[in-house]
Amino acid sequence: MRLHHVEPTAAPPQAVELRGEELRCRRREREAALRKARREQQLVSKRLLRDEDPEKAEGYVAVILGEAEIQQFLRLAQRGTEEKEREKALVSLRRGLQHPETQQAFIRLEGSIRTLVGLLTSNQALLQLEAARCLHELSHSEQSTVAEACLPATSYLLTYLSGHSSDFIELCLYTLGNLIVESEAVRRQLLPQGIVPALAACIQSPHLTVLEALGYALSQLLQAKEAPEKIIPSVLGSPLPQHMLQLLQPGPKLNLGVAVEFAWCLHYIICSQVNNALLITHGALSTLGLLLLDLAGAVQRTEDAGLELLACPVLRCLSNLLTEAAVEAVGEQMQLRDERVVAALFILLQFFLQKQPSLLPEGLWLLNNLTANSPSFCTSLLSLDLIEPLLQLLSVSNVVSVLVGPLLPSLLDTLAFSDTEVVGQSLELLQLLFLYQPGAVQAFLQQSGLQALQRHEEVAQLQDRVRALQQTAQHG
Amino acid sequence: MQLPPALHARLAGAPGEAEPLPVERDPAAGTTPFRFAARQDGDVQRHLYLQDVLTQVAWDPERPRVPEFTCQVAGCCQVFDALEDFEHHYHTLHRNVCSFCKRAFPSGHLLDTHILEWHDSLFQILAERQDMYQCLVEGCTEKFRTSRDRKEHLVTRHLYPADFRFDKPRKSKGPATPGPAVQVSAEALGDDQVPSEGDAMEVCFEHTELPPEPSGERRTYGHRIPSTICFGQGASRGFKSTKKRNKHQ
Repeated sequence: MRLHHVEPTAAPPQAVELRGEELRCRRREREAALRKARREQQLVSKRLLRDEDPEKAEGYVAVILGEAEIQQFLRLAQRGTEEKEREKALVSLRRGLQHPETQQAFIRLEGSIRTLVGLLTSNQALLQLEAARCLHELSHSEQSTVAEACLPATSYLLTYLSGHSSDFIELCLYTLGNLIVESEAVRRQLLPQGIVPALAACIQSPHLTVLEALGYALSQLLQAKEAPEKIIPSVLGSPLPQHMLQLLQPGPKLNLGVAVEFAWCLHYIICSQVNNALLITHGALSTLGLLLLDLAGAVQRTEDAGLELLACPVLRCLSNLLTEAAVEAVGEQMQLRDERVVAALFILLQFFLQKQPSLLPEGLWLLNNLTANSPSFCTSLLSLDLIEPLLQLLSVSNVVSVLVGPLLPSLLDTLAFSDTEVVGQSLELLQLLFLYQPGAVQAFLQQSGLQALQRHEEVAQLQDRVRALQQTAQHG
Repeated sequence: MQLPPALHARLAGAPGEAEPLPVERDPAAGTTPFRFAARQDGDVQRHLYLQDVLTQVAWDPERPRVPEFTCQVAGCCQVFDALEDFEHHYHTLHRNVCSFCKRAFPSGHLLDTHILEWHDSLFQILAERQDMYQCLVEGCTEKFRTSRDRKEHLVTRHLYPADFRFDKPRKSKGPATPGPAVQVSAEALGDDQVPSEGDAMEVCFEHTELPPEPSGERRTYGHRIPSTICFGQGASRGFKSTKKRNKHQ
C-alpha cells in the first residue's frame, strides 16, 4: 500500500526538540482551524496523490506558470512529434498545476480544458495518464471555480471506472472525490451521469488501492448536504451497502485504509436516517460488533497508529444504530448481544485514555446505548468487574455520571434480596461508589439506604461490609 | 484506568450473553439511547488524516526504471522501461479490442456495445423493427430506435457532452442502406477530433485487410487508422454474426 503519513523529517539532534514543538504547534493550529470550519459547517478536506518525496517537500516550490507557458506546454503535448516530448510537456504542466496561481491561469486560458480532455481521451496511454494527473491537481484546488472548470471531464472519468488499469482508476476516483466535495454543481452533473452505478460496479475490484479510493470518493458524496434526499436513497438501493459491510468484516483480509473509508461512509449514511432498518437487516450490527472486537484485539497487540481512525466511525455507527427501533424487530443473529462487545469497549476506552482522550465521550456514548435497553449488558458490567474502571472514569468525563446515576437505585434495590452472594457484591459496589462519587452518599441517605442495610446487620458473611458502609455513610 | 486482568481473556473467549441479574438501569433515570450531537473531535481527526495522508506515488520520469522491453502483443511495437506504464498501455489499447476492426475501448461494456452495433448483422435487422440502441450509462436500461435518439438521451438525461468521444457518428456507406443515413454508434479510442494528433503508435495497429475508405473525414497522416471504417450493410455480411471478442487475460 502506498499510504504514507507525513512524518517529521530527520534532523540534527539539537534541532529535534524545536522541530517537534514546531510541528505540534502547527498541528494545534490546524486543529483549531478545522474546529472553526466545523462550527461554520465548512469542513472540506481532500486527498492528494503526488509524486513528491516528503523528505524533499520542505524545499520544493511549485513553479508558477503563466498563460503563455501553459499554452506552449499544451500545444507541445497535443502536437509534438516525439512521444517523450509530449509526455514531458504534460509533466511540466502538472508540476506547475500544483500551484494555485497556475491553476487560475489554466482555467482562464481558452480551450485549455478542452485540450486536456482531448488528451485524457486520446489513444496514447501515457498521455492519457499524465492528462489525468493534471486533472487531479486541478481537483485539489480550494476554489470551486477550478473544480467546476473540470466538468467537461467527468463523463470520461466515470467511463474509465469500468476499465481495468487499477492505477488509472484509483487516480480517477480520487479526482472525482475531490471534485465532488468542492462543488454542488459538480454533484448535480455527476448524479445523472450515473456515478452511483459506476461506483457500485467498481466496488467489486480486487485491488485494495482502488477500494480505498472508492471509499474516499463515496464518503465525499455521502457528506453532501443534499445527500439525504438526492444521493443516499439511490446508494441504499444499490449493491453498495452489502459490499461495504463485507469490506468491514474482520479477518485476514481486512485492510485498515479501506475499512476507515467505508466506516465513515456507513456513518454518513446512518446519520442521514434515510433507512437504517435496511442496514440492520443486512447485518450491520453484528458486522460492526465483530469489528469492534477486532479493534480491541488490535490495540492490545500493537502500537499501530491509525486504529483510532477506524474506532471513531465504528463507535458512532454502533451507537446510532442502537437507537433504531428496528433493532428489536430483527432476528437474534442480527442483534448485538455478545458481551464481548462490552469487554472490547472497555479495552478501547483504556486505549483512548492514553492515546486519544477526545474519543472517550464517544466510547461512553456507546456504552450508554448498549446498556440502555439491555439488562444483559448491564449485568455484564458487573460480571466482568467493570464497575470500578467505570467509576475511575468519573473524573474524566461527565458522561460517566450519567451512566453511573442509575447505579445507586439499582444497588439499593438489590439490598432487598435475601441472596447473600448478590447482596455481598452490591455492598462492595456501594463502597466503590462512595469512594469515587462522594455525592452518592447523600443520595444513599436520602433514599433510606441505612434502613436497607439494617436487614443484613446480623448476617455473618455480610456484617463487616455492612458496618464499613454504615461508617462511611454516617461519617464521610 | 485499571482493567481487570480477566477482561482480555474474555475478549478472546467465546461469544456469550450474560444472564441478566436483577440489577437493572432505572428507567426513571431517563437516559435512553441517545444521539450524540457534539462530536467535534472525531471529525477533526478524520479531516487531519485526509489532509495528511499523502498518497505517495512514483510518477517522476526520472525514477529508477527497468531494462527496456517491448509490448508482446502482435503488431504492437511500443517500448517501455517501467511496468506501470506498460500496465496502463496494455489495458488501454489491448484489453478491450474489437477483433473485427481493431478499435480499442476503455471498458468491456463499451466494446460489447460496439460489436453489437457495428458488427452484428442480426442487430441491424432487429433495429429496423424495435428499440435496440442501449443507453451507454451503466445502470440505465433505456433503449432507442436510433443512435441519434440515444445520443439525445445521453445529452439531455445524463448530461453527457454532445461530442462524447465514445458515441461518435459512423457514416454508413454501403449501397442501398435501409434505415437512417447516418448511424451514430459507440466508437473507439483512436478517433481524435484534433487532426494534429497524428500518432506514431498507430502504425502498429494498421491491419492490412482494412480498406482505407475514402471518407469526408480522412486524415492526412497516412499511418492512422481511418476515422470512419465503413462496412455498410454489404461488408458486415462478410463477417460471422456471432460476437467475437479479443479476450486478453
